[in-house]
Amino acid sequence: QQWVLVEMVQAFYEAPAYHLILEGILILWIIRLLFSKTYKLQERSDLTLKEKEELIEEWQPEPLVPPVPKDHPALNYNIVSGPPTHIITVNGKECINFASFNFLGLLNNEKVKSAAQASLKKYGVGTCGPRGFYGTFDVHLELEERLAKFMRTEEAIIYSYGFATIASAIPAYSKRGDIVFVDEAACFAIQKGLQASRSNIKLFKHNDMADLERLLKEQETEDQKNPRKARVTRRFIVVEGLYMNTGDICPLPELIKLKYKYKVRIFLEESLSFGVLGEHGRGITEHFGINIDDIDLISANMENSLASIGGFCCGRSFIIDHQRLSGQGYCFSASLPPLLAAAAIEALNIMEDNPDIFQTLRAKCERIHKALQGISGLKVVGESFSPALHLQLEESSGSREHDVKLLKRVVDYCMNSGIALTQARYLEKEEKCLPPPSIRVVITVEQTEQELDKAASLLKEAAQSVLN
Amino acid sequence: MANPSAVCNGHLHHHHQKQNNLLKSGISKKNGITKGMKKNGVSNGTLYKKTFIEHFEQAPMYVAVFTFVGFAVGTIFGYLRDFMRAWGLEKRNIAAEREQQKDFVPLYQDFENFYTRNLYLRIRDNWNRPICSVPGPQFDLMERVTDDYNWTFRFTGRTIKNVINMGSYNYLGFAETDINALKTVTIELEKYGTGVCSTRQEMGTLDKHVELEKLVAKFLGVEDAMVFGMGFATNSMNIPALVGKGCLILSDELNHTSLVLGARLSGATIRIFKHNNMQSLEKLLRDAIIYGQPRTHRAWRKIIILVEGIYSMEGSIVRLPEIVSLKKKYKAYLYLDEAHSIGAVGATGRGVVEYFGMSPDDVDVLMGTFTKSFGAAGGYIAGRKDLVDFLRTHSHSAVYATSMCPAIAEQIIRAMKCLMGLDGTAQGLQRVRQLEKNTRYFRRKLHEMGFIIYGNDDSPVVPLLLYMPGKIGAFARRMLEKNIGVVVVGFPATPITESRARFCVSAAHTREMLDTVLNALDELGDFLHLKYSRYSKSSHPELYEESRLELED
Repeated sequence: QQWVLVEMVQAFYEAPAYHLILEGILILWIIRLLFSKTYKLQERSDLTLKEKEELIEEWQPEPLVPPVPKDHPALNYNIVSGPPTHIITVNGKECINFASFNFLGLLNNEKVKSAAQASLKKYGVGTCGPRGFYGTFDVHLELEERLAKFMRTEEAIIYSYGFATIASAIPAYSKRGDIVFVDEAACFAIQKGLQASRSNIKLFKHNDMADLERLLKEQETEDQKNPRKARVTRRFIVVEGLYMNTGDICPLPELIKLKYKYKVRIFLEESLSFGVLGEHGRGITEHFGINIDDIDLISANMENSLASIGGFCCGRSFIIDHQRLSGQGYCFSASLPPLLAAAAIEALNIMEDNPDIFQTLRAKCERIHKALQGISGLKVVGESFSPALHLQLEESSGSREHDVKLLKRVVDYCMNSGIALTQARYLEKEEKCLPPPSIRVVITVEQTEQELDKAASLLKEAAQSVLN
Repeated sequence: MANPSAVCNGHLHHHHQKQNNLLKSGISKKNGITKGMKKNGVSNGTLYKKTFIEHFEQAPMYVAVFTFVGFAVGTIFGYLRDFMRAWGLEKRNIAAEREQQKDFVPLYQDFENFYTRNLYLRIRDNWNRPICSVPGPQFDLMERVTDDYNWTFRFTGRTIKNVINMGSYNYLGFAETDINALKTVTIELEKYGTGVCSTRQEMGTLDKHVELEKLVAKFLGVEDAMVFGMGFATNSMNIPALVGKGCLILSDELNHTSLVLGARLSGATIRIFKHNNMQSLEKLLRDAIIYGQPRTHRAWRKIIILVEGIYSMEGSIVRLPEIVSLKKKYKAYLYLDEAHSIGAVGATGRGVVEYFGMSPDDVDVLMGTFTKSFGAAGGYIAGRKDLVDFLRTHSHSAVYATSMCPAIAEQIIRAMKCLMGLDGTAQGLQRVRQLEKNTRYFRRKLHEMGFIIYGNDDSPVVPLLLYMPGKIGAFARRMLEKNIGVVVVGFPATPITESRARFCVSAAHTREMLDTVLNALDELGDFLHLKYSRYSKSSHPELYEESRLELED
């Protein structure tokens, strides 16, 4: 259909008068609307200038920070002089260290230190740039390869801070509108990652697979109502291998079954279980004998067993490669200092060469777990092979502050007698499910059997004297 | 003849080339912004004690047209290649989902990755270049080749030696391997090891941290300071501790991702003001106090302004005196992120506060990182004692994140002592002076050559505008052939039409190195037609007659 000019002019002449007039009025109206002033909603205010100035004068903000009471426990922190190794000097007193997460005793290892020294001589201290802008060193690439090989996955990616690892990994995949099923006892870094992702969070009771299945079934019925939306909504389950807040292990085989039944991806946080569980220290997948490709993403920090700083994620290239452009803590932050990366590589070497330390560590955990049973007033919370367990009050007094004070007295008693312990610290107002106050007991490979027995008996004494 | 500036209601009127100084009412002022240059005079006791010159020249129209054409061509070819890949005419090189999980909801939307797959991938050999030496003024790059057009890389095993480093944030040259300089770091590394394995509030506060915090407080001239293990995390974990629901955050348009993440995690309301634009900020402040929270009109609990000292993509310096006067007038709080400016500006390297001759008490929260000027890692927050005490108890990092490695703390201590002159030499001050000289020389030469450079004349971050997507790859690759390592940035870190190359001048660069770079830039600028500036003859404002004025609301 082609409009020829002549036909158009003819049509114009043949049109009825009312039609032309109507069209003319409409055109004029459009022109008027185009040129009229736009009104912004806010300027409709009826306040005069004087009133505005008065409002500005009168407004008083809160102080920038509320005052903190002088006796707040965090202000009277322990100062450690010297390295936080097996024998630690806390507030001037020498104690045996039961508080630092130095599970494999690599903090003071000579080989690790000399690897770090060699790297210091070659690279200096800092990397002066993010990974994208000349901050990628050959040590980083080597560490990523070694970690991927150790965990038997395709690829690994390193972050320069342990907290930022899982907190950047989750928002890289899960966006607004996606659904994440997370355990109630998940650590704070996971909670921050979930908050940054803006997805729908569904909490299930700690280690309760029936509760998780119920939530998954509910989601399934929701999906059937709206299949188009369901086709683009991603689902994830986020769990930890060994939970930091409770010392429990997560039931991974059941989770895998649920994964394939309901088509949900699993993100596993292995900060406490990497270098602890499994025959070679590969974590909970080795412990249960699960194919590592069944887990979509494993994230761990290198600050516990590897006694370095930083964190890593490992998995298939399909998944990990995405973080190189979307992981915020990776792209927008300076990379890990090379001396820490070199220390981590050396620590990995030691882990690979001495696979019997994991069994030794587990045996020590079992020993102290048994020895701590039956303390009156305190109960042990955590698996028998977990190197970081909690001692909670058997009966809470009702007020958290009072409980914290009681536990502090137990800790002080132990510190004065040469065992360094600490309470587990939380941000009370920020945690979603605040765990009850507890004393953290950390077992390392360097502690001898006498020291373990001494710690157990000292805790018994302290509990007796303080709580009875 | 320039108009003398008038000061009315504590506000500053900028004087500019044409005499178009309108005053609407006593309160609001009209400001002429020249697209050529913004200049601030030193008369009438104004807030600025020295000239504040920033450049944001706009390129000629044909450049914008060609930029869009470039992207359009790239997009068309992108669709073509996607089509060919979907129909099997071209090999698929991307990693794919597992067979067992093919019926899961797809992890990535195909469209999200369009830009990555088709535009970024073509030139991705210019990023993530691995190096194998200290990131000083010269470094060694590992040679990397690709056999399949940037899908995968392999290392040939050779290293490209002594490439001039214009990309690392090594402003004061503390990234060094000199044995004497690193003596104390070596000793502390031997003593403490590499890890800490605990958080600040549990068993992770070492005596080294206490020493470092005291030194940082002394360096900045404030009551107390607290250090954290990662610069990015300093922002993202402390802003939520300071503000919460019911507070208002006024954040600059071009703030870093860590500030944006921290602001989002806090749950407060965020409003954005135009980059370094004081009228926009003042309007937001007034509206916030007058109208209160949206819908309920309750008063805001507190208002906090988030700005950076030097913006790393623009090279501009924050207008601190004006912001401080606004903050005092409207009773807001100021959070200053000095990631790039601490150590790099100021007569003795104390940052933008010293650069403008102001007192550190004017800024409520002084934040900075140690990665750039101190050659280490980590961040700090400094200010009054009650602020730092609050952060010790309520910061997310103090409770849940590991503390800084002691050897790295020692590197910061020795660098800071050098800067403060406490090590007995004048080396620190020499470095600051050298950086200043290098910055001025480099910027002046680039202006004379006719490139469009953004930012303040005193900032060591120098963005050189490339605009067209094709030139990004060409520029970086050819500079590498000439043995110079540069950083190029495109969308999405910058607006889509303003791709740029960013140079970071260092105190360790010698005059010869800078001249080598400048000669190479001269050649390459002619070859790639990068000299877009219309003011290439000299940088004196009096000689211009063309300056388009835009009046702002």
